[in-house]
Amino acid sequence: MMTQKPWVNRSLTVLTYLIAFAMFFPILWMVMTSFKTEADAFAFPPQIIFDPTLANWHIALFDSNFLEHLINTLIITVFSTLVAFAFGIPAAYALAYYQTKRSDLTLMWLISTRMLPPVGVIVPLFVIFRDLGLRDTHTGMVIIYSAMNLPLVVWMMRSFFLDVPYEILEAGRIDGVSLLQEFRFIVIPLVLPGLFATGLLCLIFAWNEFFFAFNLTVTKAAPVSVYISSFKTAEGLFWAKMSAGATASVLPVVIAGWIAQRQLVQGLTMGAVK
Amino acid sequence: MAQSIALNAAQQEGEAIFSLRRLLPLPTILFMIIVTQVPLIVTLGYSLERWNLLRPERRRFLGLDNYPDVLSNPDFFTIIANTLIITVSVAVVTLVLGICLALLLNRDFAGKGIVRTMLITPFLIMPTVSAVLWKNVLFNPAFGLLAAVAALLGFPRPDMLQDYPMFSVIVVIVWQWTPFMMLILLAGLQSLAHDQIEACQIDGGGPLVLFRYIVLPHLQRYIELAVLMQILFILSVFGVIFVLTSGGPGIQTTNLSYGIYQEAFQRWDIGEASAMGIFAIILANIVVLVFVRVLRRGQAEGVAV
Repeated sequence: MMTQKPWVNRSLTVLTYLIAFAMFFPILWMVMTSFKTEADAFAFPPQIIFDPTLANWHIALFDSNFLEHLINTLIITVFSTLVAFAFGIPAAYALAYYQTKRSDLTLMWLISTRMLPPVGVIVPLFVIFRDLGLRDTHTGMVIIYSAMNLPLVVWMMRSFFLDVPYEILEAGRIDGVSLLQEFRFIVIPLVLPGLFATGLLCLIFAWNEFFFAFNLTVTKAAPVSVYISSFKTAEGLFWAKMSAGATASVLPVVIAGWIAQRQLVQGLTMGAVK
Repeated sequence: MAQSIALNAAQQEGEAIFSLRRLLPLPTILFMIIVTQVPLIVTLGYSLERWNLLRPERRRFLGLDNYPDVLSNPDFFTIIANTLIITVSVAVVTLVLGICLALLLNRDFAGKGIVRTMLITPFLIMPTVSAVLWKNVLFNPAFGLLAAVAALLGFPRPDMLQDYPMFSVIVVIVWQWTPFMMLILLAGLQSLAHDQIEACQIDGGGPLVLFRYIVLPHLQRYIELAVLMQILFILSVFGVIFVLTSGGPGIQTTNLSYGIYQEAFQRWDIGEASAMGIFAIILANIVVLVFVRVLRRGQAEGVAV
């Protein structure tokens, strides 16, 4: 951006590399620890070069409850995203193309629900879930996470719909295309990249969520985030296994996030920054 | 003539479809009312009751008595203070770091994509994993990396979570949220028009002048947005505190979320927890009101989308 002397520019670049490495280092260290033996994980001085082993990955994944919780996470994130899409896409479609006086208000209200502090609603949700038998069920968590992601879906999809030129829709309507056909064959193909990005964001948020999961599940439906938190007291002995489990549980989301870097900003600011 | 009749029919049909399509947001609105607004009102209702789940038979209507109870508890003010300390210090530190990183990344250099990818990764890690990682592998006073490095340099091994609990909590949250700030501010920098920069440089402005009078004013709206958004999330931080310190030692790192969790699900005092929840909602609402204003202004000026 600014024109500078070459040596200034070069040292700034080196500084950037250093900061990036420092920020990334804890994650790198976690991944490295997961390939160590438990003895190497505790060695002093810390081992940078070591004989990598997959033994702890095997134990962390297959000799524990990890996979059950991973399956819970998968079920909850996938279905909550689908539900949020089923409700949110038609809403976004209408709010983009058929604006009324209330459209703006509806949108603002929707974002405001995303900003509600979870502690403000957790107590009644707990009681209601207990009374309806929704506590510790996949259904219950799907309801919570689809509500959590719905404002995001509406906001993002609306902005993608707004990018579709209205003339294309008009041309379709003159040719007598029905609403469903218009949706299926004209609009959806045009917003497919946006749909993909929105889906990734929903998956990331649902995957990483902890507060609701922790308070509304026990064991049957508890996702990976809750399972990992149980390592908070497992101090000492099993760092390599813990690191292997932790690495496995963040891997899908880290990859999703790397793919959707650009949309991440958009999703986090409710579409305010593209 | 025939043409205009056909057009009229098409218009009428169009209007019918139009009104039908306006109803499409209705399921979303109903769903969101049921899942978010109804519990909100129920929280308000519970806050007026004496209701402990361990003694459900003693449940009765209390009126506003829970509120003076909450407010007369000195711990409550410590908890509010902790919440504000965490929120404000995280916002300030991530903002400064975020601006620096965004400026550094807004240049051309080899490996920029990889650097950016590395920098955003802490944000993608689930909070419980971050906290477990920092607590054990990095902060552990006997075997943690930090203690090992201190020992190698000849310093005593620090017990971060015991001796500097608040600082440790803030460090972990800052580590997680700096990428968020950086990403938004980078988006802001990239939307800055080149002719503005060139005009400033032609007028003889150095880098500092450029930053102060061109870059910073342009970034202002992005900064406002990022800070407000972040404040909303940080006010409700739970996982990191739960794993890292369990609010302790004592209540040194208990924030509003963790305090309400303890009141509701460890002491099972539904009434008082709900009253505390109302305070959390009020706090967040103040921030949301400001946020919506900023968002609207941004839209009016065409900067935000």
